[in-house]
Amino acid sequence: MGPAAAGGPTAVPSRPADLLRVQGLRKHFPVGGGWGRPRVVVKAVEDVSFAVPRGHIVGLVGESGSGKTTVGRAILRLIEPTAGRVEFDGTDVAKLGAAALRRFRQRMQIIFQDPYSSLNPRMRVDEIIAEALTAQAPMPRAERRDRTERLLLRVGLRPEQMRRYPHEFSGGQRQRIGIARALAVEPDFIVADEAVSALDVSVQAQVLNLLQDLREDLGLTMLFIGHDLAVVEYLCDEIVVMYLGRVMEIGPSEELCAAPSHPYTRALLSAAPIPDPAAPRSRIVLKGDIPSPVEVPSGCVFRTRCPHSVAACATVVPPLVEVAPGRFSACIREDIR
Amino acid sequence: MAMAEAAAEPAAIADETLLQIEGLRTHFRKDGAVVRSVDGVDLRIPRGRTLAVVGESGSGKSVTSLSIMRLIPEPAGRIVGGRMLYRDRTGRLLDLARLPVSEMRRIRGGEISMIFQEPMTSLNPVFTVGDQIAEAVALHAGKDRAEARRVAVEMLRLVEIPAAERRVDEYPHQMSGGMRQRVMIALALSCRPSLLIADEPTTALDVTIQAQILDLMRRLQREIGMSMLFVTHNLGVVAEIAHEVAVMYAGRVVEQAGVEAIFAHPRHPYTEGLIACIPRLRRHAPGQQRDREPGGRRHRLVAIPGSIPSPAALPPGCAFAPRCSRAVDACRLEIPDLVEVAPGHRSRCLRWRDL
Ligand SMILES: Nc1ncnc2c1ncn2[C@@H]1O[C@H](COP(=O)(O)OP(=O)(O)OP(=O)(O)O)[C@@H](O)[C@H]1O
Ligand SMILES: Nc1ncnc2c1ncn2[C@@H]1O[C@H](COP(=O)(O)OP(=O)(O)OP(=O)(O)O)[C@@H](O)[C@H]1O
Ligand SMILES: [Mg+2]
Ligand SMILES: [Mg+2]
Repeated sequence: MGPAAAGGPTAVPSRPADLLRVQGLRKHFPVGGGWGRPRVVVKAVEDVSFAVPRGHIVGLVGESGSGKTTVGRAILRLIEPTAGRVEFDGTDVAKLGAAALRRFRQRMQIIFQDPYSSLNPRMRVDEIIAEALTAQAPMPRAERRDRTERLLLRVGLRPEQMRRYPHEFSGGQRQRIGIARALAVEPDFIVADEAVSALDVSVQAQVLNLLQDLREDLGLTMLFIGHDLAVVEYLCDEIVVMYLGRVMEIGPSEELCAAPSHPYTRALLSAAPIPDPAAPRSRIVLKGDIPSPVEVPSGCVFRTRCPHSVAACATVVPPLVEVAPGRFSACIREDIR
Repeated sequence: MAMAEAAAEPAAIADETLLQIEGLRTHFRKDGAVVRSVDGVDLRIPRGRTLAVVGESGSGKSVTSLSIMRLIPEPAGRIVGGRMLYRDRTGRLLDLARLPVSEMRRIRGGEISMIFQEPMTSLNPVFTVGDQIAEAVALHAGKDRAEARRVAVEMLRLVEIPAAERRVDEYPHQMSGGMRQRVMIALALSCRPSLLIADEPTTALDVTIQAQILDLMRRLQREIGMSMLFVTHNLGVVAEIAHEVAVMYAGRVVEQAGVEAIFAHPRHPYTEGLIACIPRLRRHAPGQQRDREPGGRRHRLVAIPGSIPSPAALPPGCAFAPRCSRAVDACRLEIPDLVEVAPGHRSRCLRWRDL
């Protein structure tokens, strides 16, 4: 299936193995309006489509404000999309009633960037995990204890640390507690929103190894939101690149990073600092700043900073088209692919 | 007492060194306990070059920077030992650790300046950026208002702010994070410093903006010929900006060397571990072995086990020993000295020969 007809949402071909399918997702936030200021609309997410196959990790990358967190929250229905469709295991998430939504929420969990603010400081670790374990149904004490211990071991914490409070742990350990809590309900799918971004590199490596183990041992499917392309390439099977609310490029992670097709992906990759002073550097330095999301440029949202933009870029929103098998790019400059 | 010992040695530094820190110790008192945030830092900042200080969160990078500036909040914190030998513009050799407050103020305003991670907290929200730069310029150079404003516009141009004549009248909140960081740099450079201390100046920025700021700082450092102390926890940024690198761990410098040597032949297991544990884009590490099958397994990262100790409870001996795969009994007995392992390359590890 190619991109849909002009005007409609762009489509990425669906594969039978997809656990999650996002189609034409849009989220607008009306803001302002007080003190005689005009009411404006933040177009946080605009026509985003992608899919996550079962057992895969898909990375969502882009600079600050590109709409990554908003996509993650809309998938979990923590916010209501303005338009578009989120399909989880064949079910349209928007159509779920209250009871069904609760069951569905058990299957999907989120891990946040800041492990500290997402843990209740007045609860001990065993209480935090037990709360998640019994959210659905009560559980005998012995079983609760046993499962809490196993979860902590699973994420690399010692069971004797169970009776401590979050502030008694390091950042990396808190992130493990957050992961243990997410795993308590035995989810199929996890949204990890900048889950390793705040960690020191030595600890980040520990948590990345843990996420890989979980994927392999539990068959977890994951949407991994991040902004460090090296981390995302390393962990993910496929990458979705966003800029100002729109998808610029989608592709298998190593192909996309080795030979990016979209000018924005190229710039993003070339801007990443290389931890090797001897490496040759050929940097595409982008001019200027990211435009405000309330005054999004017409046509291609990246054109104001794009080194390859031409007049036509201001008039048409480039559709996401398949430029090679499994690779999609939203750029009208076919000559520079 | 370390202070007495240090003072006993004659004060001398090599010509190519601008600032030499020896055995700096800065402690805090918190809930009755002593927090040894900086506990024996040795650093050499070469003249006209960039020294990057890299280390994990809590290793004492910011406290070291603030100690040089003598901006440690007293009485909770205090420089309790060591010296910071600095050659000022008139050629005098000063120990910044002991300089009287009034003289230190002169150095801070005129020779050493600092920029911080979050520019919004150090810019005054109620004045235009032009007024803030003009004030700094007037203060240092004694220029009149019109002249100071002209210099402010010039400074904004120097840091590549487009439409400088217009933006000089804007307030900090009207600018993007990247623009504000440029203004901070302009402010810090307004005194034409000999040493610019930059504490994580790009950490809060997006990578495309970070690349712009690093480009700018590299160019300015070269053109002005100043020394730069660049604090970061990002080894990629280190490789982009540094001539020399000092690696900090738990309040001490564990290794200092030229940037090529640090990356090619690290001589401390902590440095070695840091370099090994970062994922690299495959395009920059073609040799790195990896499984490509979608959904298939990838090589595991070589993580350093455990986490950095609290400066309120440092282990005896080498502070890295509890996490170190090469540690032997001797490592836990006493703190290894920082020894020269090759010309210009120093390591604080008993086992540097085995690396
Ligand atoms: N509740 C809200 N009300 C108004 N605007 C919002 C709201 N939530 C997000 N936005 C705006 O939507 C845009 C996308 O935000 P989002 O948090 O999804 O970006 P992000 O890609 O996750 O960025 P970051 O990397 O900084 O986390 C931003 O411009 C943001 O300011
Ligand atoms: N005012 C203070 N009172 C007590 N302890 C402090 C104070 N300032 C810093 N510390 C402690 O000193 C240690 C070193 O802190 P510092 O801010 O220098 O770390 P850093 O290397 O800059 O870390 P980061 O990468 O997180 O900025 C930390 O453990 C910190 O908690
Ligand atoms: Mg976000
Ligand atoms: Mg700091």
